[in-house]
Amino acid sequence: MRRITVRRRSPLYVGMRVAVIAVVAAVVIAIPQYYEPFRVNQFTRIVIVAIAVLGLNLLTGFNGQISIGHSAFFGIGAYTTTILVADHGWPAGLTAVLAAVIAFGVGALCGIPALRIKGLYLALVTLALAIVFPLFVKRFSSETGGSQGKSLDEIEPPEALDLENDQWRYYVVIVVAIILFVLVRNLVHSRVGRALIAIRDNETAAEVMGINLARFKTVTFGISSAIAAVAGSLFAMVEGFVSSQTALFNLTGAIEFLAAMVIGGAATVVGPVFGAFFVEEIPRLLSDYNPALSQVLYGALLVALMFFIPSGVVGLYRRVRSRLVVVEGAPEPAVVTGQAFGGGAAGPTSAPDETVRSR
Amino acid sequence: MDFTLFFQRVVDGIASGAIYAALALALVLIFRSTGLLNFAQGEMAMFATFLTWYLADVGLPIWGAVVGSMAVALVGGAAIERVLIRPVEGASPLTIVIVSIGLFIALNALAGYLFGYDGRPIADLFPSRVFDVGGVRFSSETIGVLAVLLAVCGVLFVIFLRTKVGLGLRAVASNPQSSSLVGISVGRMLMLGWGMSGALGALAGALLTTKIFIEPNMMLGVLVYAFAAATLGGLDSPLGAVVGGLVVGVAESLAGGYVDWIGSDLKLAVALALILLILLVRPSGLFGSKEIARV
Repeated sequence: MRRITVRRRSPLYVGMRVAVIAVVAAVVIAIPQYYEPFRVNQFTRIVIVAIAVLGLNLLTGFNGQISIGHSAFFGIGAYTTTILVADHGWPAGLTAVLAAVIAFGVGALCGIPALRIKGLYLALVTLALAIVFPLFVKRFSSETGGSQGKSLDEIEPPEALDLENDQWRYYVVIVVAIILFVLVRNLVHSRVGRALIAIRDNETAAEVMGINLARFKTVTFGISSAIAAVAGSLFAMVEGFVSSQTALFNLTGAIEFLAAMVIGGAATVVGPVFGAFFVEEIPRLLSDYNPALSQVLYGALLVALMFFIPSGVVGLYRRVRSRLVVVEGAPEPAVVTGQAFGGGAAGPTSAPDETVRSR
Repeated sequence: MDFTLFFQRVVDGIASGAIYAALALALVLIFRSTGLLNFAQGEMAMFATFLTWYLADVGLPIWGAVVGSMAVALVGGAAIERVLIRPVEGASPLTIVIVSIGLFIALNALAGYLFGYDGRPIADLFPSRVFDVGGVRFSSETIGVLAVLLAVCGVLFVIFLRTKVGLGLRAVASNPQSSSLVGISVGRMLMLGWGMSGALGALAGALLTTKIFIEPNMMLGVLVYAFAAATLGGLDSPLGAVVGGLVVGVAESLAGGYVDWIGSDLKLAVALALILLILLVRPSGLFGSKEIARV
């Protein structure tokens, strides 16, 4: 099959991109006009999960620090908003900013041990974070509502706009998501982004090149946590209810974020959208199809996807596109390689010659 | 200070610690040979425990049922390695983590589908007697669980250090490429490592039935403690897993008992904070080997 050659920045190339963006934008704007409220709320939730996964991807996909604890940062955001709105009467928007600041601090603190603890050991420390967060919520149940939960007023559309509640919430979340996705896209395509990827691929080499490991790793941890917290804050505003039982604040949530990141495509900017769509929609579809066995099928599907498209949806798209279209002058995409997550994570089988073990 | 109570709490901690240690050993066996964390370890063990229940239910004596389910778990673990893990062997660790999470979700749901979510009791593994030593109570279950753990350590020691198969397992763990060059079948060793890990999980599950009923989610909490134990000891050190398990058990029991502010909700948090502190001083755990990478 002959491949079409397109030059980067040529009219055809730009035209194709503009067309894709226009179609996507039209669909995104039309969704709440077309679907009924409960379905719109499900879409809102998908976008919220996508934001959290975007944060995780910055840390794990681009910087190579595996976190199985982002549900905790998501929860920190949600509880910051809930407590401030419900008990102290703050405006919701402001609480999201504070949630981001608090989570940045907590995340950066977590990044400090991450300077010493690497690979899967770090993954397990963050796993502990995911386990401990709901316990803290229960322990301080007078402020948080514990497992009984706590309600807050959901955000409502301003009078001037002729929008239903569900539509307004959807648009608010979409706007925040677009801002954050564009910020992250610009970040990873910048000098800072290249430094993050260099650290992931080879820490020692990155340091030799003059990258300040401590600063980059802790700040990345902070930013990543802040993004997840904004997602959590939006979750609280939209749902109007949080509890220590909420799945996304527990290990279930941390695993969901990680699965979404890998399925969408690790170290890709738009991957989290596809991943979030997958982890939210597929279990629903499966349980319509066969309620009793839906989780069995879902688990099997995760395994099968890793067999056939280990680089995720975006990886699959790139593979298909490279068969059909050649883009001249395109930069190499930052792919995740087998050894990208450090010797400790890759272990002896995948890096036999690079790694020696010693007592 | 009430020393009897203190020792009682230590003994209780050791009793649960021994179970964490058994599951942590299973995790370490897989980590050593394949360099990956098996999130499905607990669910594999849970499934094997249901099998133990089934075998006991159809009339086998309880220890016969345990041995039978360990044998099946040995084959099952090897099969999982061959069918599910081998195809993604060279892939990114994240890919393999998702495979093990997929296995976790599927096994958990399958057990719920087959056996339901009501807790089932199982025949006693050990005769129920309580020994009183100077006011500290040792139940025969505590002693039995510890004895089994010691026996497991002994068997593993002999297998790894005194047999040819063990030599092969260690060779593959330290350098797969050179091992295959001297004629060791790396694939077969990996399957054996997973199989042994599965069998150990089955045993850990059976030991856990001395404390709780059998149900699909029985392993969730224990797996977290086992992860903590393995991390504390060093992910590639079997000795570390055992010591780590006992330390985590005792720390959990003492923290929950002595610090009022902590109470039962946060005792797990204390155990985990302790581990974080130890990792800060020794990033590869107490007995783990350090990674040295050539750039």
